[in-house]
Amino acid sequence: MQALNYARATDVDDAIRLLSEGGENARVLAGGTDLIVQARERKRNVDLLVDVKHVEEFMILEFDTNTGLKVGAATPLYQVYGDNNVKINYPAIVDASTVIGGKAIQGRASLGGNLGNSSPAGDSLPAMIVLDGIATIAGPNGRREVPVGQFFTGPGRNILETGELIVYISFPPVGAGEGAAWERFIPRNEMDIAVASAGAWIKIEDGSVTDARIALGAVAATPLVATAAAEALIGQPLTDETISSAGDAASEIASPITDMRGSIKQRKHLSKILTERTIRTAVERIK
Amino acid sequence: MVATEKPQYKIIGTRPRRPDGVDKVTGRAQYGADIKLEGLLYGAVLRSPHAHALIKSIDTSKAEALDGVHAVITNSDLVGSGQTFQPTTAESIESGTYWQALEPGKASPRWAAENILAGPKVLYHGHAVAAVAADDVHIAQDALELIDVEYEILPHVVDVQDAMLEGAPILHPQLRTGVRAAGVDTRSDIETNLASHMRLESGDIEKGFAAADLTIEREFTSSQFHQGYLEPQNATAFWSHDGRINIWTSTQGSFMARDATADVLGVPVALVKVTPMEIGGGFGGKIPIYLEPMAAVLSKKSSRPVKMWMDREAVFQATGPTASSYSKVKIGVTNDGKITAAECLFVMGAGGFPGSPVGAGVQCALAPYKIDNQVIDGLDVVLNTPKTAAYRAPGAPATEYAVESVMDEIAEQLDMDPIDLRLVNVAEEGVRNSSGTPWPKIGAKDVLEAMKSHPHYLSELQGEDVGRGIAIGFWFNGGMESSSSARVNKDGSIALILGSVDIGGSRASISMQLAETLGVTYEQIAPQVTDTDSVGYTAVTGGSRTTFAGGWVVYELGQMIKAEMISRASKIWDVSGDEITYSDDGTVIGPDDADGNERVFSFNDLASKLQATGGLIAVSASSSHTTQGAAYGGHIVDLKVDRDTGKTEILRYTAVQDVGTAIHPDYVEGQIQGGIAQGVGMALNEEYYYDSDGHLMNGSFLDYRVPVANDLPMLDVEMVEVPNPGHPFGVRGVGEVPIVPPQPTIRNAVYDAIGVRFYHTPMSPRRVLDELL
Amino acid sequence: MIPEPKVVNTIINGDSKQILISERDSLLEALRDRIGMTGAKEGCNNGNCGACAVIMDGRLVNSCCVMAAEVEGAEIMTVEGLASRDELHPLQTEFLDNAALQCGICTPGFLMSSYALLQENPDPTEEEARFWLAGNLCRCTGYDKIIDSVLTVAKG
Repeated sequence: MQALNYARATDVDDAIRLLSEGGENARVLAGGTDLIVQARERKRNVDLLVDVKHVEEFMILEFDTNTGLKVGAATPLYQVYGDNNVKINYPAIVDASTVIGGKAIQGRASLGGNLGNSSPAGDSLPAMIVLDGIATIAGPNGRREVPVGQFFTGPGRNILETGELIVYISFPPVGAGEGAAWERFIPRNEMDIAVASAGAWIKIEDGSVTDARIALGAVAATPLVATAAAEALIGQPLTDETISSAGDAASEIASPITDMRGSIKQRKHLSKILTERTIRTAVERIK
Repeated sequence: MVATEKPQYKIIGTRPRRPDGVDKVTGRAQYGADIKLEGLLYGAVLRSPHAHALIKSIDTSKAEALDGVHAVITNSDLVGSGQTFQPTTAESIESGTYWQALEPGKASPRWAAENILAGPKVLYHGHAVAAVAADDVHIAQDALELIDVEYEILPHVVDVQDAMLEGAPILHPQLRTGVRAAGVDTRSDIETNLASHMRLESGDIEKGFAAADLTIEREFTSSQFHQGYLEPQNATAFWSHDGRINIWTSTQGSFMARDATADVLGVPVALVKVTPMEIGGGFGGKIPIYLEPMAAVLSKKSSRPVKMWMDREAVFQATGPTASSYSKVKIGVTNDGKITAAECLFVMGAGGFPGSPVGAGVQCALAPYKIDNQVIDGLDVVLNTPKTAAYRAPGAPATEYAVESVMDEIAEQLDMDPIDLRLVNVAEEGVRNSSGTPWPKIGAKDVLEAMKSHPHYLSELQGEDVGRGIAIGFWFNGGMESSSSARVNKDGSIALILGSVDIGGSRASISMQLAETLGVTYEQIAPQVTDTDSVGYTAVTGGSRTTFAGGWVVYELGQMIKAEMISRASKIWDVSGDEITYSDDGTVIGPDDADGNERVFSFNDLASKLQATGGLIAVSASSSHTTQGAAYGGHIVDLKVDRDTGKTEILRYTAVQDVGTAIHPDYVEGQIQGGIAQGVGMALNEEYYYDSDGHLMNGSFLDYRVPVANDLPMLDVEMVEVPNPGHPFGVRGVGEVPIVPPQPTIRNAVYDAIGVRFYHTPMSPRRVLDELL
Repeated sequence: MIPEPKVVNTIINGDSKQILISERDSLLEALRDRIGMTGAKEGCNNGNCGACAVIMDGRLVNSCCVMAAEVEGAEIMTVEGLASRDELHPLQTEFLDNAALQCGICTPGFLMSSYALLQENPDPTEEEARFWLAGNLCRCTGYDKIIDSVLTVAKG
């Protein structure tokens, strides 16, 4: 491991202080399943690990039918998908978080960690985007809110300034006629980084799609908000044709690369397939 | 000793608990990296960031000055330890002494040292360049960053066909091709990456192909695959001031490790002692040495014991994956499916130094079949990838994949059941193999017949994009030398000292054979794997030889013990040894005494009298047998291909294998299941990715995709027992052949499912989609 | 010398321990190199193989992805703590009797994961067991006898 120190924050302000004083190479340690590996492989310069897991606000899991879901940035995934309210109301989060990295990873990894790591292929990110997740960020200049869809600026990069950290992520309450789903494609059946992934959120009222959100993962420099794909559905009944159009639009929007995990051709094709699959699953879930 | 009908064994065929098992399930077992020694330092290795480069200079001064660092070494420290190498001169090339170093399959000591720590150039991404020993792993890694290496980057080549083209980057300017065609021994005169060319030939292929009604010729490629053992290589060494070198390592062959280390360091073999620790998998990859000489020299320089282990990326980059391959197979058949001729070309990438498994691959390619007219050429090519090591039936998966794939196409075109096609051509006892040697009793036909009548094969296949495939495979198995000693204690318990490293339970199966020989209980045998000073020379645990050869030796030990027990009874009873018998249950029976009383000793009773009659029994044996018998396996798979994603799901898998005699059926089954899983990985998702600079990109378990638990269903194994007449208990090696059929089995099933024939493995989702879109 | 030394108070397999670690250590390194508990193994050091799996505060984690300093005040269970003083845990016994190990290097990790699985889901289906255990790599067995053993213990 590169030379670094460890500090345990006592509250949110302490965490901000440690982060700020620690300099540009001070990092928040949530589950550590990405950060510790990156630090060890010397892929990121880390001088200080600020452990936030002993501060309650980073570890919350709160649900209220009227106000929605609040997940602390460091709340481990197993708690998130193990919660009945999350299972019932936010199954897209369950879709993603039950497959991230295997059970031992899920014992520690967190949605906030996924967000902060800002990988274009982060599994939970498209799910959080389509559920309209909002990150509450705290820093030396106070708090602010940033929608998950606007959080990323490039591979591994995001809008956090020095000294800022994610406190929790909130998701709006679930209304009638709404359903969401997430799915990824990997070559094996677990333990792979997504070759492509898609999240879909659909609202149907009086037989028509009144609102929709589609997001794609691993097919661009950041997770993608596939607006045109959603627009292909909105304002009309859901049919095989509209679903196919949405899939085509998703494939069109995707701008993947060819690398050791997938080819451009494959990823564009999967963007269509996964978009169509998640739309159908989302709709099946509408109560 | 000939085993024909299966005898009623008492212990063989049962499933007792292995003696090392409790330690392994409680975390107490000491694997190589678990060793704890007073004063231990930790080693780390600096590796080349380039695929091919000259080393202009190495400056280790800053690393040496770092607080906590005790020693830093490079290749010159290995050489400086007393080794002198055959210089590369015009005289040595002309006289042929240089060529000896380049014979296929023969290791050159200079090249062995240069693979361990690079000499004048680095030959692959990750090639070791320098090593340090420090108080702590963190400091050791910090020290690596302080070593300055100046490289002159050279053009590289990582594709085996590209490496043979005119104008390809040359790895070893002094390398010339060794040609070994039948009876001819010529060498060409040009700089090349083609290290050797071998050929097996029999009959007349021109006539053979002329007689064929149908001829199919196809080309295939397969990727590099890594053994993927979960335990990285490790070595701990202490080089004391009296010149003795103690090494603790996870190795498949402690004697080979000892001899290879002594060769590299230029020290007498007797001064090197290797203690084999428990080993976390090898599959052939832990036969070569990598860290041992480095740890030894670091220890010498620091006067402390030094422990080293590879990180996972180094394991992928710089140990010995198997070769990538290009194959061309042409087979001619009559309309009845009888093969009239076969012509094959196999090209394999040896990595940075010569020595791919193409020779073994050549010998196995057509082994399942009786083919009178055949020519097989095998080419060994160097390129800028890690130097290959053995990987479970080395060479055979690639060559037999090609042959079995062509056989499937032939069966289709002749509208013949694929198993029937094999049955028409199957090799049997007396048939000459590709090397011209007649087969002894083999189980190929038995395997095919068992496959044909297996419920899996008879079951109906249902569903869209679902397919079934079969293939058969062969591996010759190893013999070689094994040694053991045994001591009978006063209570009848027997200490069994083994030279064979135990990777997967062989100390149990070897003990079972000794127990069976003596008619005693399995539990009264206490086996122990020991160091190279304490037992005779034993060849590697690998080559599917351990249960066979280890069993032969303990059978011989058993005969020696029986003879000695009779001799002691003879003394006690004052009766001639001729009148005494040693019976199957371990009792020693003499003639009734003068009063008509029975004279009987149980084994344990007689053991209690050993000390008084000449001392405890201690026997040793070393033996080498060449009667190992070959292994045949046939696999059946049902799978489904998702046309939308190109992903293949294995639905049902059955392996039929001739196992000779299954000493411990659970372990035999386990070997077969493990081999299947590795073969599935090769068929579907494992491969080495290089970028355009020759860097290995997927040196981690994240992107080198071995099958995970939910990638496989339960794997059914049917063991056919055709005892090997060349072994007292009919043992055949079982461990390697199961990795041979999966690639063609799955490839043939994918064709059945979606109508696409693939000519490359792995058939990853990406490649499948490429064909379907 | 230990770089960045730190004292950590933790409970391992029920025993209170005060251990001297480096802030740079992972939990895996602390267990193996600082206190000589080598049951947890290093297979990949980046969370992809499960050979280092331990139970931390009741939860399955990869110890290579936990910093040693984090276990201040935590409770850890390793494979060395699975057996009671008198008896092997049923998982250990079944693994042995059913030949669910060949080389055994993945076994400590599998035992911890299987233990955690059965705590969470005492009667898993084969599919559930395979999914849960997908984070533990085995190269020797093809997983058959491991899964079989876990399902047998679950039913017993």
